[in-house]
Amino acid sequence: MELNDLTNSIGEWLRGNGPQADIVMSTRIRLARNLAEFPFITRASDQDRTEIERILRDRVLKMQQSSGELQYLNVSSMDQIDRQFLVERQLISREHAEAKGARGVVIDPREQISLMINEEDHLRIQCMHSGLDVHAAWEQINRIDDLVSEQVTYAYHPRLGYLTACPTNVGTGVRVSVLMHLPALVLTRQIDKVFRSLQKISLAVRGLYGEGSQAMGDFYQISNQQTLGRSEIELVEQVADVVPALIHYEHEARQYLLKESQQSLHDQVSRAYGILRTAQTISSEETMHLLSKVRLGINLQLIEDLSMPKLNELFIRTQPAHLQKIRGVELSSADRNIERARFLRRYLNREEDSNGGKN
Amino acid sequence: MKCQKCERPATFHITELEGGKHTELHLCEEHARQYLTQGEGEPGAAPTIAGALAQQLAVGQTAEELERLDQRACPVCGITFFEFRNQGRLGCPHDYIFFEKELEPLIANIHGETTHKGKQPKQGSGGTQQRTEVIRMRREMKEAIEKEDYERAKELRDEIKRIDEVKE
Repeated sequence: MELNDLTNSIGEWLRGNGPQADIVMSTRIRLARNLAEFPFITRASDQDRTEIERILRDRVLKMQQSSGELQYLNVSSMDQIDRQFLVERQLISREHAEAKGARGVVIDPREQISLMINEEDHLRIQCMHSGLDVHAAWEQINRIDDLVSEQVTYAYHPRLGYLTACPTNVGTGVRVSVLMHLPALVLTRQIDKVFRSLQKISLAVRGLYGEGSQAMGDFYQISNQQTLGRSEIELVEQVADVVPALIHYEHEARQYLLKESQQSLHDQVSRAYGILRTAQTISSEETMHLLSKVRLGINLQLIEDLSMPKLNELFIRTQPAHLQKIRGVELSSADRNIERARFLRRYLNREEDSNGGKN
Repeated sequence: MKCQKCERPATFHITELEGGKHTELHLCEEHARQYLTQGEGEPGAAPTIAGALAQQLAVGQTAEELERLDQRACPVCGITFFEFRNQGRLGCPHDYIFFEKELEPLIANIHGETTHKGKQPKQGSGGTQQRTEVIRMRREMKEAIEKEDYERAKELRDEIKRIDEVKE
């Protein structure tokens, strides 16, 4: 599998076929782990980092048979577009892309599993499933973690659990996030109220690309903050338990919009669709914003000539690094906006029976 | 001195600097905690190390105590508490043991708990301590080489090798 092959697929989180996929895009669980015999990354010498990378890469790739075909990508030797490409696909974090020194990522062909080496911790294991699928995701990541722990000695303390570079992750090292599309709660201005109530039960809300990122395209990640003092299953369920309520609120808000202002909603959705089909230059932010409206329109049957999988594909293919990989050249921001608009016009105006996603 | 909000003795004295003017607050433990946590809850706010540290330091330590604490350095990785405070990241697994007393209120503040309840590594929970020693030995070996004390460097190298072989 080459990195370029990934441009033709959309990856697990946009497959859009899991449980509750109309509102829950994906479920992601990550575990933070460190090797006992090395300092954490901030105190690691270049030599330490190289050694950590070698050990983890070798040991993780040993699990091959049990986890399907894993592939190692050397992030430190990649160019900026390729690194950004992996960030857009949620296979590595922004911090990992921008860091320095020896580092890499191990991924599987379905893009469900990613193991980041030398991120904030020596090892960050991530498992992603479409839709709301916390239990299956936990079982999968738990199995991978067990396999890795047979190969290495994790830094572990009998009272504090897994030791991590930042005390905010100590204990289980687990972060469970559910990525939700909540356009109606945004439109009805109820989203802040929802967030405040989530914070009261110590859940965090973030934008699409994690810490510090903005809520692009009405996508929100709900995740646990506590990692110590509760078991992994309890933490998984803490997040899973609030999701049905959020889905319910979003559905109610959608019904309210349909009932109280169907015409204005239909107008907004149609205009969004119209702009995406005709614009000559368009930024990534505006694209996300409009795609979100169209997504809502499809869910409410206000748009009927575009399928959800086809729309989901656009969320990823219109991102900066994806556009440049598809086009095969590096583009300035202004050129990207022109290319993005061209891509959208072709994609959305072509005949319905032409399948496949390119040109 | 009594707490400004109740009848209990004030054990925490907080100085707020805002817009160039000082405000002195004298509070009991409960009210101090309440006061210091009231600012939380802006949308998207996660408990940050900086925030939790600021609270802990405001509540527990005098300037002299803090200065002394800042200079303490982990014997394994060499990180000082000052460096940890600044970057919010620890230097090695042993820091959790060496700075245990300082970290405990911080960890309690972030997680509301101080004891792990969850899975253990497949190999069991032992072994970490001994492996952590390797970090110190590698550091000492580097220092020995810099000082051209090759005798000591060789000893350390053999020792590290021995521990590494147990693992394989």
